[in-house]
Amino acid sequence: MAVERFAVEASHIMMFARAIGDPNPVYENESYAQGTEAGGIIAPPTFAQASAQFDPNYRLRPKIGEPWMGSGAEATGIAPKAPDEADDTPTGMGARGLHAEQHFEYHRHIRPGDILSTTVKPGETWEKQSKRAGTLKFSETVTEYRDQTGELVITARSIGVQTEKAVEN
Amino acid sequence: MALSASQLSVGDTHSEVLVEDLKRTQLVQYAGASGDYNPVHTDEKFVTEMAGYPTVFAHGMLTMGMTGALVTNYVGDARLTNYGVRFVNQVWPGDTLTGTAEVTDIREQDGTHLVDLLLTTVNQEGTPVLTGTATARIDP
Repeated sequence: MAVERFAVEASHIMMFARAIGDPNPVYENESYAQGTEAGGIIAPPTFAQASAQFDPNYRLRPKIGEPWMGSGAEATGIAPKAPDEADDTPTGMGARGLHAEQHFEYHRHIRPGDILSTTVKPGETWEKQSKRAGTLKFSETVTEYRDQTGELVITARSIGVQTEKAVEN
Repeated sequence: MALSASQLSVGDTHSEVLVEDLKRTQLVQYAGASGDYNPVHTDEKFVTEMAGYPTVFAHGMLTMGMTGALVTNYVGDARLTNYGVRFVNQVWPGDTLTGTAEVTDIREQDGTHLVDLLLTTVNQEGTPVLTGTATARIDP
C-alpha cells in the first residue's frame, strides 16, 4: 500500500534537519527562510524518505500490540517479517536487505503545508556475485510523490539488496 | 549564495567534514525523524546477537542526508534538480566522514544553467562510504 497522506510539517523538518546534522536555518527559521530565494522553510533533500512514517504497512516501525524483531529483555527470536505482495517500503527491499542506492529527482522542493501521496511501482530485479557477501539480489522501486493538487513533486528511485550473509568489512 | 556558471570550472571541488566521531545518539535521532526503526541501527543487542554485526551501523540514508548538506551548502537552497547515491561501505559509530563535490559539467538545458557534481564521502581511513551525483540549477 502506498502512502495516502503525508502531511509535511515544519516541526518534522526541523527534527529531520537536526538528525542529519544540518544547522542551515532555512530548515527551521521561518523569518530567515522568507528572506532567502527559497522564500520559506523547505525540506532537506532526503526528507521525502520520511514518508515511511505515514505508510501504515511499513515493516521497520514497531506496531502497537504486535511482535517486534528488536530486543526487549532478550534479543528475541522473532524473525523479520517476510515481504508480502501488497507491501512496499520506501526502500523497496526485504526486511533482511540493505539499501544499495537511492535517487531523487526534484520537480519542486517540499514545503510545510504540502500534503503528499505516493504511487509505488516495482522496477527491475537482478543478481550479482560479491566476494564479501555471496550472492546479491537487487530490486528497484520507483516512488512518485504528488501533492494535493496532483502535481508531481519528487520522483524517487530506490535499489535494495538482499545479501546471502552479513557483509564483511 | 547560488553558484554562477561564469565563475565555475570543471574540476572545481568543495569539501566539508560532515560529521566527527559519529554518535549512536545521532542514529537514534535519525530513526525517530525518518521513521526507520530497523534495529540494526539502534539496538546493540539485536544487531550483535541476531544480525551478526559487531555493533549498530548508520542508515545509508543518514549518510545521504549528511552528504546532501554538503551539496546544498555548495549550490544553495532550493536549487537541486537531481541527487542520487550508492551506499558503498557501512558507516559505524565513531566514524568521521568527509564529503567532496567535484564539478564534472557545466551546461545549459532549455535556457536553464546547470552544474553536474560527482560526490564522494569517505571515512577517517579514506575508505569511500558513499558515491553519487547531483545536478543543480545555477545562475548564468
